[in-house]
Amino acid sequence: MATEAFQKIYTKITSITKATCSLKATGVGYDELATVNGKLAQVVKIMGDEVTLQVFEGTGGIPTDAEVVFMGKSPSLKVSDQLTGRFFNAYGDPIDGGPVVEGHEVEIGGPSVNPVRRKQPSELIATGIAGIDLNNTLVTGQKIPFFADPDQPYNQVMANVAMRAQTDKIILGGMGMTNDDYLYFKNLFSNAGALDRIICFMNTTEDPAVERLLIPDMALTAAEYFAVEKNQSVLVLLTDMTMYADALSIVSNRMDQIPSKDSMPGSLYSDLAKIYEKAVQFPAGGSITIIAVTTLSGGDITHAVPDNTGYITEGQLFLRRDSDIGKVIVDPFRSLSRLKQLVAGKKTRKDHPQVMNAAVRLYADAANAKTKQENGFDLTDYDRRTLSFAKDYSDKLLAIDVNLNTTEMLDVTWGLFAKYFKPEEVNIRQELVDTYWKVNA
Amino acid sequence: MATKGKVTGVIANMVLLAVDGPVAQNEICYISTGGDRLMAEVIKINGAKVYVQVFESTRRLKIGEEAVFTGHMLEVSLAPGMLSKNYDGLQNDLDKMEGVFLKRGDYTNPLDEDKLWAFEPIVKAGDKVDAAAWLGKVEENNQPLKIMAPFSLEGEWTVKSIAAAGEYKITDTIAVLVNAEGEEKNINMIQKWPVRVAMSNYKEKPRPFKLLETGVRTIDTLNPIVEGGTGFIPGPFGTGKTVLQHAISKQAEADIVIIAACGERANEVVEIFTEFPELIDPHTGRKLMERTIIIANTSNMPVAAREASVYTAMTIAEYYRAMGLRVLLMADSTSRWAQALREMSNRMEELPGPDAFPMDISAIIANFYSRAGYVILNNDKAGSITFIGTVSPAGGNLKEPVTENTKKVARCFYALEQDRADKKRYPAVNPIDSYSKYIEYPEFDEYISKLINDSWLEKVNEAKTRLLRGKEIAEQINILGDDGVPVEYHVTFWKSELIDFVVLQQDAFDEIDAVTPLERQEQILNLVMDICHTKFKFENFLEVTEFFKKVINLCKQMNYSEYKSDKFNDYIAQLQELIATKKSA
Repeated sequence: MATEAFQKIYTKITSITKATCSLKATGVGYDELATVNGKLAQVVKIMGDEVTLQVFEGTGGIPTDAEVVFMGKSPSLKVSDQLTGRFFNAYGDPIDGGPVVEGHEVEIGGPSVNPVRRKQPSELIATGIAGIDLNNTLVTGQKIPFFADPDQPYNQVMANVAMRAQTDKIILGGMGMTNDDYLYFKNLFSNAGALDRIICFMNTTEDPAVERLLIPDMALTAAEYFAVEKNQSVLVLLTDMTMYADALSIVSNRMDQIPSKDSMPGSLYSDLAKIYEKAVQFPAGGSITIIAVTTLSGGDITHAVPDNTGYITEGQLFLRRDSDIGKVIVDPFRSLSRLKQLVAGKKTRKDHPQVMNAAVRLYADAANAKTKQENGFDLTDYDRRTLSFAKDYSDKLLAIDVNLNTTEMLDVTWGLFAKYFKPEEVNIRQELVDTYWKVNA
Repeated sequence: MATKGKVTGVIANMVLLAVDGPVAQNEICYISTGGDRLMAEVIKINGAKVYVQVFESTRRLKIGEEAVFTGHMLEVSLAPGMLSKNYDGLQNDLDKMEGVFLKRGDYTNPLDEDKLWAFEPIVKAGDKVDAAAWLGKVEENNQPLKIMAPFSLEGEWTVKSIAAAGEYKITDTIAVLVNAEGEEKNINMIQKWPVRVAMSNYKEKPRPFKLLETGVRTIDTLNPIVEGGTGFIPGPFGTGKTVLQHAISKQAEADIVIIAACGERANEVVEIFTEFPELIDPHTGRKLMERTIIIANTSNMPVAAREASVYTAMTIAEYYRAMGLRVLLMADSTSRWAQALREMSNRMEELPGPDAFPMDISAIIANFYSRAGYVILNNDKAGSITFIGTVSPAGGNLKEPVTENTKKVARCFYALEQDRADKKRYPAVNPIDSYSKYIEYPEFDEYISKLINDSWLEKVNEAKTRLLRGKEIAEQINILGDDGVPVEYHVTFWKSELIDFVVLQQDAFDEIDAVTPLERQEQILNLVMDICHTKFKFENFLEVTEFFKKVINLCKQMNYSEYKSDKFNDYIAQLQELIATKKSA
């Protein structure tokens, strides 16, 4: 960042910690950006004439006589159509060798949408994956994370969802992503010829951790530009939000804040909510949908990050390897899309909600039967039928390699019902049984 | 001369001011920055150093910027015209704000000053009145609203004059009061009240005893809440807290419903905005929105305003209670409110209590719940605030400060359970852990015996016992296997499953099953308990399972059918036939 004429330069830093430095300065605004020997920093505390700066890339090598220049603005992004197809770092600077983007400069982390101006989400996002479309239907304007252990193929599933979803823009915000995964996404987007609708903000593990804190706001500021100004439907992918939260805890620790659960800052809920609540259906037609990844440690969802996330997002998607069929499936028990009832049975066939529930209930019966089997008890005829059903259901519907439309999914499920059960075992409204049971029997 | 201050420090939304005069704890001030006026509340005073929490983003706030104190605490304006409004946590009318995005420092009038109201006087000149006395009435959305003497009035006053019946604005003087010293007060329809102070304009607060019908069977039948009662719904995410809360707010037999969306998802509020204007109040046949007020401070709105929002909601509820109305207040979620307290306490560098919450969290929660209740007003009329709060326990663990402290003060406990939710047994209220203390009140016993019948509570208790017994047997079967227990055990187990499937489980998204009137609940419980009392003959456990699955299926179909329709009666007839096949002689 070049220094402009007449800007006051401070050269006397009074204290330095691993992430912050303080100096005496006046006329500084809260949240304002500054450079410390060229390194970008942000005002996090003002007390009298002492200003504390958080240096994004760390304070290593900063001398007490470093040049500090205040920029008179908060972190911002230049938005225009030129963003499309480009790859940026956490500051919004290009990392793909292309030219700097020209456009209108917008402060990131802008205001919230007035709740009375929001529209109720009502457009289905079809992914072809039955574990999602059938059991946990996604809707535009929704925010939903994958809860996954680091060894699970969440980035691949997310990429699949993104490529199949009919959206105008896909904005990827990568936080602490390995370079390998970054290249995976980059190649996938380039090879699929999808660059005309991709924008990418990337912080890899090679970059400083604190810089990650800017990624979601950068991605969402770009998303708001396309959703509000261009009325486009925008899908924002944020991976991995646990890495984001880790960066939050580093900063709060350096600021001597009292940690709450799992060493996370007490404001974790509000910090995450500010990001996820940017998902919205605008009245003029544009929308922002957020699909995120929250990595878990050994499947533990009681940890502060997945726990707070679960309270904020509209559901969550769990992946699990099913040893019976040797494939990764979308776990029907722990996954949930809270907005599914806005489209299930309304934008899809009317038997959708009941079929979905009945199938999951039977799948639960199969889980019980399996426990019985493992404990060495005799199985009833019903138990055996549920087990066969579960295997078929996993293979034909829950597996992540499925690609069907919702009507096909429903027909397949009715087929499985008729193959293994009697109508009274399925507990579905009689009218629906009358219409659909015979068809597939 | 108003006290002024200058900004001397900024840490997120906590700002330090140096002041030039007297300030009060919790006093409101406005800080001017970059053309915006930011509302803030005093939270700590140390000499001329005053700590305030700003209800807005403090971005670009600078040292030396000016603050002006208002001389009053955070207060709400109360008058006719608030029903079906959507407010933020500080009672700004959200619909009056321009643009799609919220703007910092955009404060709007919560009331409509131009609207005319058909006023009718209740008192006449010469009558003696005190605070909150009913002076006259207006009607809003079919609700009889009272125009009251100021809540802050001290001592006895005499009505000097009262406006004649006719159309008035809320700002028009409708009465003149005079006290013994000859001091006169002009009264209009607007009241102001500080939200953090409980209103106490009533004669007494007896134990509540009248059933508040919610149409949710697991509540009304098993663990009823009463008018003026308190309850809370803790549950891990995904167990259906919000769906249950919405069901209660749609169906409850209350005059006014206030929903405080406190730090929760904006889309949930949008659902209310979208659905309530279309939905019909099952008790009056009018639009639900007409009796509803929404206080929306969603999770992405400023944290300090979130903390204030529950108080705003409670104060509005107290206003309607003082008119003798039955108010239902729902807060989703009180944990977010507690977290807002935690964030602020943290910034003030107070010594933390458990889980970094402030030390006085238990007192704060207890005080808040105590503002609900059934009251006898000074004119011997009754009014009530029923309060139900949700709690979002961290990690689903009920041993955390907010849940524990709420449990000490709320009288009804509806524990949502992950296991039930996973099995899609909705509403996922655990029937064994949950309780209603009101069921033990002799006053309630007497009331419900008259309302339904005197064997009702006995049946309810039997149903609960059977559910517990069923759970015990399920555990035994899990250990010993289906063949390891006698066939009668399977019968007892399936009878408890019948209660679970038919009485407890309810489809909130099914048009008919979603709401069950009390009469129908009585019939369902009677029907189910009759089956439980029937002796059956089975050869083996497979027969038991098969038989009860058919029974449950028929009962479910019955629950899905319109009450007393041909279909409904037909299912009952089929059910009797089926039962006859296995009945032992």
